[in-house]
Amino acid sequence: MNAHPSPAGTLPRTPSGGTPKDPSEATSERAPRAFSLLRTLATARRVLRQLGHDRRTIALMLVVPCLLLAVLSWVYDGKQHTFDQVGASLLGIFPLILMFLVTSIATLRERTSGTLERLLSMPLGKADLLGGYALAFGGVAVVQACLATGLAVWGLGLDVVGSPWLLLVIALADAFLGIALGLFVSAFAASEFQAVQFMPAVLLPQLLMCGLLVPRDTMQPVLAAVSDVLPMSYAVDGMTQVVQHTGVTGDFVRDLAVVAACALVALALGAATLRRRTA
Amino acid sequence: MMNKFEPAVRADGLTVVRGSRTVLNSLGFTVPRGQVTGLLGPSGCGKSTLMRAIVGTQAHVTGTLDVLGRAAGHPRLRSRVGYVTQAPSVYTDLTARQNLDYYASVLGLTRAARREHVDRALTDVDLVSHADALAGNLSGGQRGRVSLAVALLGEPELLVLDEPTVGLDPVLRRDLWNLFHRLADERGATVLISSHVMDEAERCHRLLLMREGGILADDTPDGLRESTGSATVEEAFLHLVDAANAGSDHRTNVVTLPDTRQEQAK
Repeated sequence: MNAHPSPAGTLPRTPSGGTPKDPSEATSERAPRAFSLLRTLATARRVLRQLGHDRRTIALMLVVPCLLLAVLSWVYDGKQHTFDQVGASLLGIFPLILMFLVTSIATLRERTSGTLERLLSMPLGKADLLGGYALAFGGVAVVQACLATGLAVWGLGLDVVGSPWLLLVIALADAFLGIALGLFVSAFAASEFQAVQFMPAVLLPQLLMCGLLVPRDTMQPVLAAVSDVLPMSYAVDGMTQVVQHTGVTGDFVRDLAVVAACALVALALGAATLRRRTA
Repeated sequence: MMNKFEPAVRADGLTVVRGSRTVLNSLGFTVPRGQVTGLLGPSGCGKSTLMRAIVGTQAHVTGTLDVLGRAAGHPRLRSRVGYVTQAPSVYTDLTARQNLDYYASVLGLTRAARREHVDRALTDVDLVSHADALAGNLSGGQRGRVSLAVALLGEPELLVLDEPTVGLDPVLRRDLWNLFHRLADERGATVLISSHVMDEAERCHRLLLMREGGILADDTPDGLRESTGSATVEEAFLHLVDAANAGSDHRTNVVTLPDTRQEQAK
């Protein structure tokens, strides 16, 4: 019996490869760097390519916030002051919720499909992966925030005292917070069902206490104290600052800093949940 | 640098514990370089865990496990070891080519090198005609081959393939086994393949037979058949399993095995 089958056919050769290579010189052994721009950009491009094959998701991400804003302005028809307040808050909340959902599902799929295990057995840094996701979804968030802010300010007559550019800046910070929180909670979800349930569990309490329904300083003291430590409160507060004040106020800077810091903390916690070795 | 006569994988006292279960129990073996080594045994015997330990994705590994002259899981090994998991780990919402292109850039290949490596990997697994189809629209076997192609990128010195031929038709299986041998013969790669199909064992240079977290035999297919007096590797495996069972059930009745109970009693 033939225990050592001989090769049938030949392989296409590399220009350099003629004879079997000496294993010691076959690959130049390099220590992978913790962060590489090439790998981060490649990851961002890959995430965007995945989205590119899913036109319906893109449409939903971009159109739904605009539609909701339009409905809201209709609901508050004739109550311009209320629309100014609620509309501005929602411009901060939409990117947060949207990016939270998209990121938590996307990274959960990465974890369950085995692609994460494969990537982490390859020379990919965790920062490359997180950075790639943040870059790709951040790009989508820019487009979404531009559309929603443009529609609210110029289409629906949202009365903004400050600069619309500041609205965009805080909307982006909110989007990054959503991305970071989504990455983090995806580590605790075993299925897409659970991942979706994390949205009401993590975001709805913040929504109730962020000042959208009742001004935070009029809330019951315990609730007010809780809302002081929830990041969405600052996301909404930042939006309100721009709507009510010209120029960059101290409160706006504080809100922006708190949202950004929370996003970074969540991102660091998310990175800690990416393990190269798993049981 | 590395001695090419040094084994690709060397394990000594390799133990893996998952929860309260000892999945691999003090394994000792070597995998020679430039050959196709088969890792055979029934499902659940620890083949996948052993492979995950070798590529460095398994936690709670104790004992010695050297891969290509370094401790398994060393960061510098990540570009030198290609790994294919049992379930195809590719992005179903990307085309086959886009999948390969991304993984190639993760390996740090430049744009020109990427195209060359991707084209070659697609040719190797015979998927050129399906290169631009979404991986999600491919059949299970085709998707598995995309996953295999990813592992071929960057010419890894060691390929760890977890049941790469399961569920494939006989023609494809033959083609893939020919590919594995060409990788070993022409590119000098070490190929470690797991399977629970014993007839594939005949195609390997060496065999590691596993059962219940231990190595039952480490030999060539010829050597195995001769030492057990069997016609096929499957028979040899059954012979070894029976011998081991007899050993654990009625140790005193088996003359070839040391009587451990008496030794313990002393």
